[in-house]
Amino acid sequence: MSESVTLYDPAPAVRRRRGKGFNWARLLRYLLLLFFLIVVLIPVYVLVITSFKENATASQAWFLPENWSLENWKSAWMGFKGLPAIGPALGRTVGMVVPAAIISSFLGSMNGFVLSRWRIPYSNVIFTLILFGMFIPYQSVMVPLYQIVHGLGLPPGTPSLIFLHVVYGIPITTLIFRNYYESIPNELIESSRVDGAGMLKTYSRVVLPLSVPSFVVVLIWQFTSAWNDFLFALFFSSGNNGPVTLALYSMAGGSMLQDYGASMAAAIMSSLPTLLVYILLGKYFVGGLMSGSVKG
Amino acid sequence: MKRIVKVAVAAATAGCLALAGCSGNSDTPSGNDSTGQEQVEVFTWWSTGSEALGLEAMVEVFDRDHPDVNFVNGAVAGGGGSSKNLLQDRLDAGDPPDSFQAHAGLEIQDYILAGQVEDISALYDEFNLRSVFPTDLVDLLTSGGKIYSIPSNIHRANVIWASVPVLTAAGLPATAEFDSMSAFIEALEQIKTATPDAIPLSVGGVWTQVHLLEVVLIAELGPQAYNGLWDGTTDWKSGEVKAALEIFNKLMSYTNTDRDSLDWEEPSTMLIDGQAAFNIMGDWAPANFDSKNQVDGADYVYAPAPGTAGVFDFLADSFTLTTGAPHPEGAKAWLQTISSLDGQVAFNQIKGSIPARTDITPSDFSTYQQTAISSFKNDTIVPSLQHGAAATIVQLNTITQAVSKFTSGASDIETFQAELAQAMA
Amino acid sequence: MPKKLRRYGPPLLLISPSLILIGVFVYALIIANFRTSLTDITTAPQTTGLAPHRIVWFENYINLFKSDAFQHSLKNLILYTVTFLVGTMFLGFLWAWLLEKRDRFEGIFRTVFLFPMAVSSVAAGVIWRWLLNSNQGTRASGLNRLFQLLHLDFLQNNWWNNNSIGIMAIAMAAIWQLSGYVMALFLAGFRGIPDELREAARVDGASEWKLYRHVLFPQLSPVALSALIIIGHMSLKAFDLIVSISKPANYQTKVPAVDMYIFKSQYYYASAAAVGVILLAFVLVLIVPYLVRMTKREK
Repeated sequence: MSESVTLYDPAPAVRRRRGKGFNWARLLRYLLLLFFLIVVLIPVYVLVITSFKENATASQAWFLPENWSLENWKSAWMGFKGLPAIGPALGRTVGMVVPAAIISSFLGSMNGFVLSRWRIPYSNVIFTLILFGMFIPYQSVMVPLYQIVHGLGLPPGTPSLIFLHVVYGIPITTLIFRNYYESIPNELIESSRVDGAGMLKTYSRVVLPLSVPSFVVVLIWQFTSAWNDFLFALFFSSGNNGPVTLALYSMAGGSMLQDYGASMAAAIMSSLPTLLVYILLGKYFVGGLMSGSVKG
Repeated sequence: MKRIVKVAVAAATAGCLALAGCSGNSDTPSGNDSTGQEQVEVFTWWSTGSEALGLEAMVEVFDRDHPDVNFVNGAVAGGGGSSKNLLQDRLDAGDPPDSFQAHAGLEIQDYILAGQVEDISALYDEFNLRSVFPTDLVDLLTSGGKIYSIPSNIHRANVIWASVPVLTAAGLPATAEFDSMSAFIEALEQIKTATPDAIPLSVGGVWTQVHLLEVVLIAELGPQAYNGLWDGTTDWKSGEVKAALEIFNKLMSYTNTDRDSLDWEEPSTMLIDGQAAFNIMGDWAPANFDSKNQVDGADYVYAPAPGTAGVFDFLADSFTLTTGAPHPEGAKAWLQTISSLDGQVAFNQIKGSIPARTDITPSDFSTYQQTAISSFKNDTIVPSLQHGAAATIVQLNTITQAVSKFTSGASDIETFQAELAQAMA
Repeated sequence: MPKKLRRYGPPLLLISPSLILIGVFVYALIIANFRTSLTDITTAPQTTGLAPHRIVWFENYINLFKSDAFQHSLKNLILYTVTFLVGTMFLGFLWAWLLEKRDRFEGIFRTVFLFPMAVSSVAAGVIWRWLLNSNQGTRASGLNRLFQLLHLDFLQNNWWNNNSIGIMAIAMAAIWQLSGYVMALFLAGFRGIPDELREAARVDGASEWKLYRHVLFPQLSPVALSALIIIGHMSLKAFDLIVSISKPANYQTKVPAVDMYIFKSQYYYASAAAVGVILLAFVLVLIVPYLVRMTKREK
């Protein structure tokens, strides 16, 4: 969290050691940066131009379309040749991701609160044991998970996926909230305890209102990772009841590869929500990214 | 303050998305929304092109015959491969569709063993089906004296398609007929030298390579020895099989380099675009030629695959009744329609396959279909490997892996042959 | 005792749902998975419990490690991991260094470098599958076509369609996705270095290069370690991107995670579980020392 704040320090640029006149080092730096900028954006360029092309032939691939057409966008949104449509899939993904993000945020907040502020014995060990869940390859639990989720009678699609994202979101959300709560001044909590407020009251009256920034970080994190999830989607849903990543996968990997334009339009559509969040709420997005890592 | 603004933006974004979600959801077709009325959910992978249209035609017949049952389309895109996973997923979850599509033959064996499909022998008597289907086919559907599915249509896998303009450009006659694989290879060689830009033989991802392999095996071993590969009477380690694998290897050397990222449609389209000369694919390919306004005979020609004239490498689609089907009565109604004369004619006229029933009038069908109908009556019939008739899912998967390993250059012919033998051991 | 219960009861109650969920869905399932990996569950009826299974101990593991196919997967995994690690660490560090001085357009560069991280691997796969098309010559598209346009024809190659090193092409896409993340880590590291350190070095008359080499870079080693661990364990789990660019059935680009999926879908639950255990073991080697160190430090 604190790292992200320094990373995004809005303080005006401090220029040190500006040489007089022309600065070769600076020019080189910008040339390099520009080069990498172009390299990173090449895929985006192709993605965008191809999505507006009506008939993309290989030889013209790198040139702008002669006629800009919305055909691909239409067919991706509505679905074509019976392939899963991106439109409804986006709807299903929202219906899956939003509840998953909200539920796991609250769980994470409660855990974070207890593990940082309520000195229960072995809280460090408990915390580490929870955290471990973040690092396991899901392949190592997939077979019994598949059996247990079906055994519980959770229907494939949204219900199963919400459940899975909540469960496997616990470690990261706990981590973010715990780190955040450790930075809350102790006095605030102590004073409420002195007031005789019980744990739940302290939590709901003092801690929760302070947690808004953390909630934003966690919500965004969970939103993005559940949105972009493919592994669980592949095992626990199908093209017709699953999230947008699976619909996109069927569209691009199904028999319609030649319709690159439509799959590229679909790829853009499926990425817009997370990109929007990234661009508008970049600071919080990075906050989530950093939380698991700069602890080393 | 800034923070509050940002949070507000976040909330607004979430709100927008939620709205998009709602509107998106309302577009979703064919939910399980009908209450009270009897319904049937049918899981197929006929979700695209002529297959989907054929299914529509079948549903029309169904709606006419069973107006009281609501048809729910559980079609899943992605061809047989990925949809089988999704089907397995639903069956394991105890959320079975009422009926699902399965290739006739050993493919259905796994579902039978897993107790996921019901014995429907009784329906064969009720609908009077035993006399209208070819006996060979019913035998393939029978397991331990019981029948678990009803066939709706039959496809031929051993067909070769050729692009007339590409053949002409290479100075070859406009024909796809070859007596043997070696004659075929000569033609491929000529295309390679005469028109270096054209791909002599187009092929797609691994499953289409397995398809090619099975055709080569039929051509080189002959139908009897080919059948023996599946019942253990032909030795996979024999010199004949090795010779066939060498032919297969030779054929692969004339194919396109991007094959592993493709499915079947693109290689077929390469003929239409004049990029490739030949393509060996099942007889669902005409749908692709038709959709691009290609004329049979003028733009493309076809024949039984080289060296396989007189053999009909068949696969059949069939439908089941699932164990624990929520609407068994609906499923029964559906099985009645797909096995009926009207249903099979309506469906196959559009899908391009031929009916499984033998009591049809051939002149109701296209030129290609008429040849297929007569071949099916007169030729030697062998089961398809790639399309679930000859081997179980596990055997097929193991063979598929061996083929991918071989065609990507990670194993030599000896290893390849040993792995194939191992897969069927 | 009641006092202790009063004191620790409510907080434990509050976190108990999470503890139970993690206990079941992480730890119990790891054990269940391990058990499955010791059985002979390889047929459909066994997976649904209709047919009996027995314990074959480590037979599945032995068979896996003996098979060419799985050795190929492991080799691919190593190649992928090394390429991915080297690529992301190099680019991430370079970008962070280039952006370390707060400058006018810094924000734009940073935003662009990091954005691929917000895109799903499946969407990234759609575009990279196109870029990494293996056709050359007249049928070339994607990067091969770009090389032709730039008159760099000799650079054309068949990308992931190469059995020995094809997986590295897919690692390129992964580098595109995650270099920005490593950059963000290093950038945070740079910004975390107190200004006094720089000033002190400057007062000592150190050149700009010496300042970096001897003062700033050493400060970043903990960040580098974190980045290595995070990226390394992501790489072990790699699946989405690989199957989105190539196909699960393609031998060239097989890795253990793909094997697991294939085994699972052909009822080879035992082998699927064994692959899962093997992947877990790799991750443990990487993560446990890290977690232990973290816990100790917190105390």
